[in-house]
Amino acid sequence: MKVLVPGITGAIGRRFARGLLRAGHDVIGIDRRPYGAIGEGEEGLEVHQVDIRKRGAEDVFRRVRPDAVVHMATVTHLLRQSEDRYRINLQGTRAVFEHSAAYGVKHVVFIGRHTFYGAAPDSPLYHGEDEPPMALAYFPELADLVAADLFAGSMLWRQPELTTTVLRFCYTLGDSGHGTLATFLRGARVPTVLGYDPLFQFMHEDDVVKALMVTLEKRARGVFNVAGPPPLPLSVVIRETGRQAFPVPEVVFTSLLGRFGLPRLSRGALGHIKYPVVTDDRAFRAATGFTHDVSEGDAMREFRRAFPPMRRG
Amino acid sequence: MFDREIRERVDRLELPWSEFDVDPYGISKRHLEVFFNLLAPLYRHYFAVEARGVENVPKRGRAMLIGNHSGGIAIDGAMVIASMLLEMNPPRLAQGMVEKFLNQLPLASQWSNRTGQFTGLPEHAIRLLEDERLLMIFPEGARGTAKLYKERYSLVAFGTGFMRLALRTKTPIVPLAFLGGGDAVPTIANSTTLGKLIGAPYVPITPYGLALPLPVKLEVVYGEPMVFQGTGTEDDVVITGYVERVKGEIAQLIEEGRRRRRHGGSA
Repeated sequence: MKVLVPGITGAIGRRFARGLLRAGHDVIGIDRRPYGAIGEGEEGLEVHQVDIRKRGAEDVFRRVRPDAVVHMATVTHLLRQSEDRYRINLQGTRAVFEHSAAYGVKHVVFIGRHTFYGAAPDSPLYHGEDEPPMALAYFPELADLVAADLFAGSMLWRQPELTTTVLRFCYTLGDSGHGTLATFLRGARVPTVLGYDPLFQFMHEDDVVKALMVTLEKRARGVFNVAGPPPLPLSVVIRETGRQAFPVPEVVFTSLLGRFGLPRLSRGALGHIKYPVVTDDRAFRAATGFTHDVSEGDAMREFRRAFPPMRRG
Repeated sequence: MFDREIRERVDRLELPWSEFDVDPYGISKRHLEVFFNLLAPLYRHYFAVEARGVENVPKRGRAMLIGNHSGGIAIDGAMVIASMLLEMNPPRLAQGMVEKFLNQLPLASQWSNRTGQFTGLPEHAIRLLEDERLLMIFPEGARGTAKLYKERYSLVAFGTGFMRLALRTKTPIVPLAFLGGGDAVPTIANSTTLGKLIGAPYVPITPYGLALPLPVKLEVVYGEPMVFQGTGTEDDVVITGYVERVKGEIAQLIEEGRRRRRHGGSA
């Protein structure tokens, strides 16, 4: 099968590409970031450095005529607040679906995020896919990602001949050190909001790849939450990755961010370290037969080995 | 310092603990131990709680404890939770459906979540029952904790949500009567102004000012399980009828308890 992967240069994209190649598929990547040299295990990989919204990207669709597209070219950096991000996430997603419809793609997979559901004091544990995107109320900076998710979901009725899958992934954790959670845990001291200890749901990057492979294989149609092992309190994640929690009263918290070695975090993101976003992934497991391989303990230990806590001074 | 029996009882809770002693909802063994070490002296000595009819609570599987509110602060819920851990064999963790404001307060948020006392949302109730947990619900809600001293043995209107959930999930209801909370916290008024200051709906005021509970003997009585047949989609009239039966059962248990307390000579 010919699989086109917009956003291939990211950590998950690279891992996914290697998985597809190993399984004998043809992989064509698109990314506006340079991919770098084709490495070991990536023989046969074809990457085009082009913006998904530009003509060059459409040329790739026209020439390659992929069977499936796995769209992960969305910008999620919460720090990068710009119109650019909006354009990439919305116009880019639109372009992916338009080209897919025009050039005979059979299956499009959109990579969404569990943050769709929002983190709030009155939001339930274990969100179902039919819940509305409360992220907009609590964290307006996520609006473009939520809109892209809903836009992709609308293809289920607007392009019924196309198989569309929207996957809402939880956080990832593993030896790559990429992703929101890994970035948050990078320092030796991890700031927390005093008196709050939300559950964090994360899965290993290899299980993300496994989930994507099984989605392509089963052609699962619909909107699905994807998660791995059960969630853990943030305090446990901090402890088990060898970090030290640094609890700060909420009023002080916002003024400290970005100083004293603490990570920068937008104000809206604060809800995500006070309240959990935990999803119910039973529908995905039922539709695809997916099971995760890496336990929460192994994912944390792997991260800890790859990024031992560095004490300052 | 830590009570060995409590550790042993927490260990015997039949919950699916992970490698990190946390269940899939984030309930933590370590937090439960601390929590029950604080509750147990109150339960055993300060309030000298007497629990009757504990054998009426199913040992395993989904069930709902439905009770009256008694006392302006949540000592009723806390003592019911304590009685389920300390008096049942095997012990069970009663999981309350908590008022929304609690999860917004620092520390209260952390501790209620780590001990399985989640915000009262239908989504939570359904999921926990389908996971065969023991739910504790006070259908009088915040109106019930607002009862004044003179109203302490009365029942205010019951919410009906619990009944629809019980029917939908085919859950047996264990009615419970809680007695003495109104004597422990003799509320003469409720201050919404003070409540606003700490983020709660109101703060009860007692003749001696603060709502610190007095060392009064408390009693919790569990009645026989009640099972209702249905789907949870019935008309309000039907549901209200079922709710009134549960309420009547609780009123009966309260009345019997009051008589006992009078004859026993306690307050």
